[in-house]
Amino acid sequence: MTEQITDIGSRKYLIDDPKILNMMVDGFFGNIPHANTLGIEFVSIERSKSCLKIPYKKELAGNPSTGTIHGGVIISIMDSVGGMAVFAALPAIEAIATLDLRVDYMKPAAIGKAVYASAECYKLTNTIAFVRGVAYQDDENDPVATCTAAFMRASSHAVATTEGFK
Amino acid sequence: MEASKDYFAEVRDGKNYQQAIEMVPYAKLLGISFRECDDEGLLFHLPFDQKNIGNTMLPAIHGGVIGGFMENAAVIHLMWAMESVTMPKIIDFNIDYTLSGRPEDTYARCNIVKLGKRIANVQIEAWQSNRDKVIAVARSHFKLIIE
Repeated sequence: MTEQITDIGSRKYLIDDPKILNMMVDGFFGNIPHANTLGIEFVSIERSKSCLKIPYKKELAGNPSTGTIHGGVIISIMDSVGGMAVFAALPAIEAIATLDLRVDYMKPAAIGKAVYASAECYKLTNTIAFVRGVAYQDDENDPVATCTAAFMRASSHAVATTEGFK
Repeated sequence: MEASKDYFAEVRDGKNYQQAIEMVPYAKLLGISFRECDDEGLLFHLPFDQKNIGNTMLPAIHGGVIGGFMENAAVIHLMWAMESVTMPKIIDFNIDYTLSGRPEDTYARCNIVKLGKRIANVQIEAWQSNRDKVIAVARSHFKLIIE
């Protein structure tokens, strides 16, 4: 059966499909060994938005004398949460790739506390997805870091099919 | 703070590259190493490791690993180049991904564009088997701690 979108004002969101949503929630990190290495955990997902968290671990420290987590950890969680926000904005499943990413570091993350990262895909064109995100601990308005990124859509034909999900 | 500062100076002057990595838990976690080359300065090396994969379907190294590797390279490069050995504080990091990171060894080299009194600007380049095919370029600002 072919599906026709008759309502021009509304568009399809991949994650409106409960099967896809469950896959994102339960299986997202199955394909991302690095997310497991760092201990990234799923928090939430909704249309065009996502949130992840990373509990504090000594192995993630960048400064040996203070124990503060390394800036590279922030890059990883931002790239992951940004990619997830793009998925949450896509109409159908397709491969995406990070084109560029900028992180501004506002203050060091407090030791022993989890870091949350939330992101929003605020613009989706035919080829590019634009994302902004924030990393924080207690208050989203008092961020550890902010981030902007651009992702390329349909970056690989190998996995750009919805066949497996029909 | 003081003890680790003196320790780093000792590590640097003795060119104990592995010991410098051991001091940074995150660098140790990724498996980073580096060494000094005669004419081109410090060469950073990230050996392939399955735990650094970000996409098992392609497969590709996680973009955050490539970014973190390059950022860490910039920090060590600065500490190796400066008189003072206080760890620089990162202000911002800007990365452009030009190719996906294949499941193989990755290398990086840094260039200090500007070393001011308070701020340093560093450019970082990463590649894999082919030195001419850059997989990512980055630039970063660091705040230098005045003694």
